[in-house]
This record gives sequence, structure tokens and C-alpha cells, in this order.
Amino acid sequence: MKADPRGVLTGTHFLDGDHACCEGALAAGARFASGYPITPSTEVVERFASRVPTVGGTFIQMEDELAASITLQGAVWGGAKAFTVTSGPGFSLMMEHIGYAAMTETPCVFVDVQRGGPSTGLPTLPAQADMMQARWGSHGDYEIIALCPNSPQECFDLTIKAFNFAEEFRVPVMFMMDEVVGHMTEKVVIPPADQIEVVPRRHTNKSVDDYLPYGTNGDQVPEMAHAGEGYKFHVTGLTHDERGYPNMTLQAQDKLVRRLQNKVRDAADRITILEEEGIDGADVVVVSYGITSRVAQRAIDLARQQGRKVGKLRLITCWPFPEKRIREIADNVKAFVVPELNLGQMVREVERAADGNAKTFLVPHAGGGVHRPEDILKVIVEASR
Amino acid sequence: MSCDDCVNPVEPFLRSDRMPHIWCPGCGIGTTVNCFARALIESKIDLQSIALVSGIGCTGRVAGYVRLDSFHTTHGRAIPFATGLKLANPKLSVVVYSGDGDLSAIGGNHLIHAARRNIDLKVICVNNLIYAMTGGQTAPTTPDHAVTSTSPYGQFEPAFNLPHLVEAAGAVYVARWTTFHVKQLARSMGEAFQKKGFSFIEVISPCPTLYQRRNKLGDGLDTMKDYKEKSKVRHGAPTSEVGLTMTGEIIVGKFVDRDRPDYQSLMHTQMVESLGERYVEQSEVVCS
Repeated sequence: MKADPRGVLTGTHFLDGDHACCEGALAAGARFASGYPITPSTEVVERFASRVPTVGGTFIQMEDELAASITLQGAVWGGAKAFTVTSGPGFSLMMEHIGYAAMTETPCVFVDVQRGGPSTGLPTLPAQADMMQARWGSHGDYEIIALCPNSPQECFDLTIKAFNFAEEFRVPVMFMMDEVVGHMTEKVVIPPADQIEVVPRRHTNKSVDDYLPYGTNGDQVPEMAHAGEGYKFHVTGLTHDERGYPNMTLQAQDKLVRRLQNKVRDAADRITILEEEGIDGADVVVVSYGITSRVAQRAIDLARQQGRKVGKLRLITCWPFPEKRIREIADNVKAFVVPELNLGQMVREVERAADGNAKTFLVPHAGGGVHRPEDILKVIVEASR
Repeated sequence: MSCDDCVNPVEPFLRSDRMPHIWCPGCGIGTTVNCFARALIESKIDLQSIALVSGIGCTGRVAGYVRLDSFHTTHGRAIPFATGLKLANPKLSVVVYSGDGDLSAIGGNHLIHAARRNIDLKVICVNNLIYAMTGGQTAPTTPDHAVTSTSPYGQFEPAFNLPHLVEAAGAVYVARWTTFHVKQLARSMGEAFQKKGFSFIEVISPCPTLYQRRNKLGDGLDTMKDYKEKSKVRHGAPTSEVGLTMTGEIIVGKFVDRDRPDYQSLMHTQMVESLGERYVEQSEVVCS
């Protein structure tokens, strides 16, 4: 379906990534956000607090991130599209509720504008060191989807995508920004509402008697009902059966946890978004994401000026990890070079997927700034030997 | 009379396909659920408009047994979940049904802030003075000198006086009963449904398995006798005077019944004042 025009600020704007993310959420149909202030993410909810009363919705500033990350889920079950926004320390506090959203299949979006860590770290400076936490931070086995924008324009476009994936698969989607992308200001073009595709809630059409809250319908994603509609359904974070009732058996656990995993894994091809350039015939492929991809571009250009055959692979979808594509490329290149604003997170996935068929080189950075292109270039040169 | 002819009046309010429940013999939680069902019958409220939200613990299991839209959330977070539910669909009557540990320890921050905001929630706090689900550990409500598995030599931390706490934070309706006071409790629950704003009902309830046994206070029936003898009804009692001790009197009654605008009324007033015609009310929006 098309976006509700009331939420769409059609036009050409000069926005920072945080504000563009907010506009993306409004365009996607988000009419509820619960947040807690934290640098460098707060501008997203500041703008939402200002905008949402004029489009018909609610913002509430909660007492902490524990509250913010579950209040939005209550709103989802009340019928809203909802999200929250945070950064490292707040993201850590939200982990339990990412698990709750995964377990209860509550469609929602968690925006993490990454800053330097661990702990309070570097509140105003960038990092990409929450990538593994986004995937594995809550306890137990589950799958999430994570997207990584590298510009304010993508903060708008991909926030819509994040909401759409959340609704399509009924999963919490992690929107993994970083401080630089959040605070850089660039041109952002917001199209007319009738050019924005929005995925509606998978709301059931079944009668009260026929509805099974966690019954699957072939594609492993159950249909939803909202509170107040007469379905009198039950939602629990306990292991549950198709009725939503707690069930503490091995069989129920196996069936549920495998489905929660497979509904995302089996759709990995549809979820995977990559930007590729110059991979055919390349000796070395630079794999990057977020702000680092823009620094890597300079390094790639410099390497090509030296006559080196360098390809570019940008992860827009970071989770599920596009291992199939990495595996294909690994058969035809000498090496992958992986710059990231951490001391080695996504590089482990690249290495695992390459499975020894191509070497993998990390270009680490402890965070607080971005790489120097020369540092990436140096590793490209080493890798192409 | 054959039992086929017996109809329990509260049965339509329960998920009978989930019985038997997990609560121990002598536990008071089931009694409170019975009172809740009777309050619903009495108030003739449309069951479709009620959502019930629980946290974790023995009382947290209430959400699983009531035939309502019901949410068994995470430990301590029933109130913020309920806040989101209420704000997204203001037509819902949202009940939070949870235990003392869930609401006042791990969820204590949310309890005071929801009362401060005066979110229109009906909070039923079953207070068994202990963490029961996990085996009888000390809670912020455990009275002094009581023995629990984590206060084996007697509790020495001062306990919370919950009515005093929530009144100070801003609740518009505060009452306390024990599971002996079934009529009064059901009536209070009905009154809470009539209130707009943050209502809080504390129900003192036995845990014969862990609290009463460890403190040599007898079984469930002994506790009922104890509640009967030690309870003093004092409507309007200053909440500062209703703190509990292990063996002293239990002040019960309706302590607070006042009016102040709830969160959504305040929001509406503020937005109309500041935005005028630019304000778009949420109820006009269909989100799905």
C-alpha cells in the first residue's frame, strides 16, 4: 500500500541523518515512539516529538530505556507502528526487550546511532561496535534484521525499509546508524506519498473462532490481531504454542525457536540489500558498511589509480549476513578487505563465509573518528599481493 | 445435583482450557482473580474493551488465565507496556495485574513515573511479601524480622509502604485489602474501573508455601483467621500510617480517592493550546 500522505514531507531538504530517520519513520507510518535521551541519537525523537502531534500520533519520553523499549511494543499491540531510538548504553539496556519482540513477534524498529564504547565511551563520536550486539545481544536463539545507512538520504529511505521488513516478517529490525551519518547534513529528497511503498500490518481476517495467534500460514509468519478487537488472545515471552499459550515441552521449544529463526533465514535473499561495483575481475573486494563505506570509496579510488583491480561490496543489510554472496565472490578473488569502526566484528562473518577460499584482512579502528583512506589503501595493497 | 449443572459465574472470564493453574493450595492469587471477575460482572464493562498486562512472577501468571486480551510481559515492565497499549488505543481499559516484587522492585521506577504522569491504568498489586516464583526470597515489601531464603537471619532492610509511595507519586485512587476481604476488594476493583487516572489496589495475600511456612505463621486458613483478626478498616487513613509489620495490625480500606487530569487529557489540552488547528488527534488515524 502507499504511504499516508500526512506523514510524508515531500520535497528536497537539507537534513542530518537523525532528522532524515525521523522523516522516514513518519513516512513509513510510525505514529508512536517512546524514547529516552541519549547522544548522538536524541535528534530523531526531538523531531518526532515536534512533528507527530501534527500528523496524529504520540511521542512519550519514558523514565529509562528499559521502559522505552517495551512501551513501544505495547503501542504495537494497540495498533500503532512504533519505534525507539538510542545509542550504545541505551541499546545495552534494551536487549531484553529485543528478545521479547523476537519471541512475541512484535513488529517494531530499534534505531541505534552508534557511538564509541564500551560503557559511556565516546558519547559524541562515532563507532560501529554494536554490530554483534545487534545480532546476538539478547539471550537465546533468535534472528533479527539489521540495516546500515551511509547517508542522510539512506536514513530516510532505509528507515521505511526497516519498518516494512518489521511488518513483513514480524521481527524487531535494528537500524544501525553511526554518529557521523546521524549528524552529517546532506540533501534528502522525499518523494510524494504515492511513490512510497509501505507494508501494512499482517492483520488477520479470520473470525474470532478461527484465529490462532501463532498459527502459521505457509510462510512461517503468523497473522496479528490488536487488543480491543474481540480476539481475546494471549501474548507471552514464555515458550508458547500456536494458541499463544505457554508450553514448556521440548517439542514446543523446538518448533517455535526454529520457526523464529527460519522465517528470517529462509527469506535471506529477499532481505539482503547490497551495493556492488567492480567485483567481476577484481583481485580484492572491500567489504564495508555505514560511514566507513564512504571512506573506503576513497581508498578504492586511490588503489584503482595505481592500477589495482579492486571491487566494492557495501552491506546495506548486515543481518542476516549475506553469506551466500560472500561465498560466491570468495571463489573468484584473492582477498577481502574489511574496514570497520571496531576491532573486528563483521570481519568474522566475512571470514566464515569465505571459508578459506579467499583471505580476509581487517582494517580495525577503535572508534572516535573514521579511518584515514591511506590506512585502508595500505591493506588493499597488502591483500592484492 | 450433578456437577454438569453447576456453572461457576466466573468461568466465562477464565481460560478454562488452561486449568489447572499453577498456584499452590492456600495461595491468595486465585481469590483475587475471582474478585476481579466479580468486579467485571458487577460493572458490566464490555470485556472486549479490557486488556490485562502482567509482569513476571506468580501473580504475573494471571494474564495467562483470563479470557481477555492479555499480555505476559517481561519482569518489571508491565506498566510501561500497558502505557504504550493505552496511548495507542485510548479506548481500551488497561489493567496491570502483577506482584509486589515485579511492580515495586524491578519495576519500581515505572510505578512511580506512571503515577506521576497519571496514566489511566488500573494497577492490581498482589502483595505476598516475598518473591514466591523463585522460591521465597526477600522483597522490598518483606516486613522486618521476616525470614526468607535470602534473609535467613531475618529481614533487616526497611520495607516499602506501597500506598504511601504511590500516593506521593500521584495516584488518584489507592486502596488496600487482604484476600479475606473479597467483597470489599471486588468493590474497590469496580471503583477503579470508574476512575480516570492511575489507580492502585494493594491486596495482601498469603504465600503458605514460602512466607507463612518459613515464618511459622500456619497455613492458608490460619492466615485468613489472622487477616480477619488483625485487619482494621480505616477508609481515608493517612497512607504514612499504613506501613505493615510481620505480626501487627493491617490497616485496610480506601485511602485515596481524588481527581486530577490524566496523561491523555493533559496532552490533549497542551497540544490544543500550543498547536491549535494544526493538532491532529490520534483517534483519527488507522494504523494498520
